[in-house]
Amino acid sequence: MSDSEVLRAPHVLEYPYVRSVGPVIGAFLTGLRDGRILGAQSHDADGTATVIVPPTEYDPITSADVGDLVEVGQSGVVTTWSWAAEPKRDQPLERPFAWALIKLDGATTAMLHVVDAGSPDAMSSGMRVTARWRPAGERVGRVQDIECFVPEGSTP
Amino acid sequence: MSAEPVTTLATPMHLDYQYTAGLSQSRFLQGIAQGKFIGQRCPACHQVYVPPRGSCPTDGVATTDPIELGNSGTVTTYCVVNVPFQGQSIEIPYICAQILLDGANITFMGLIQELPADQVRMGLRVEAVWVDKDQLGLTMASVKYFRPTGEPDADYETFKAYS
Repeated sequence: MSDSEVLRAPHVLEYPYVRSVGPVIGAFLTGLRDGRILGAQSHDADGTATVIVPPTEYDPITSADVGDLVEVGQSGVVTTWSWAAEPKRDQPLERPFAWALIKLDGATTAMLHVVDAGSPDAMSSGMRVTARWRPAGERVGRVQDIECFVPEGSTP
Repeated sequence: MSAEPVTTLATPMHLDYQYTAGLSQSRFLQGIAQGKFIGQRCPACHQVYVPPRGSCPTDGVATTDPIELGNSGTVTTYCVVNVPFQGQSIEIPYICAQILLDGANITFMGLIQELPADQVRMGLRVEAVWVDKDQLGLTMASVKYFRPTGEPDADYETFKAYS
């Protein structure tokens, strides 16, 4: 038998996991479904008020329980980004896009999402972007309920 | 819009592999597609492995000689499955057994049918039941299951090294 006779076949593994999301992420996802972005109120070690987006159950710096959830803005600032020139299957957009950390208005932390800017030339750290939502009827309570962010001033 | 709070998140994982069987398993599967079990013998210790992996785990040498094994074997140990689980395709209770094919020096797992689950035993002689000839393929699904041959049970001494 030659190497050309070695058998090959597709082998697909699927794990249909369903995670329990807990009270804080659950509230965040419920907010997304309802078209709102929520963060957790907390404090720095020096007492400065912070808002963690997406919210965590504990402050990542002080480990203290977080306070109430508050709604933050639907627009914010790109703090850093990376261009995805050749999107892969199951990535958020089928056309080239930017992965970006976005600090929403009213938030202290940046959250990872994607920016549909058309070209890396349209991307810069410090640029303002705004959320483009899926239609309400398609939102189920997951981060993809925000389809992407777009440069502020373009059609959301 | 639902008013119920979100409590779960579906996070399915989907891993797309291309499995390459290698020379030894390819030969084995070519045999399966013809309704035969083909193992390999170690040139150093003369043990016969099925399915073959291409090398002897004891001697670390390549196993290149193909050996056609019989269609019958001996149950060395077994498990009666009574617990239902997601994706189960066989009606419970059913018997999952380690089978030592005649001429082989290693067992492999097989389904036992045509026998009430409470009658399975170590030493039971079984034979492979294959799918119809035109359904044979490069897959272990070509072996439908094993069933009792009706022969007397094998003497424990003949398989105790494998149980």
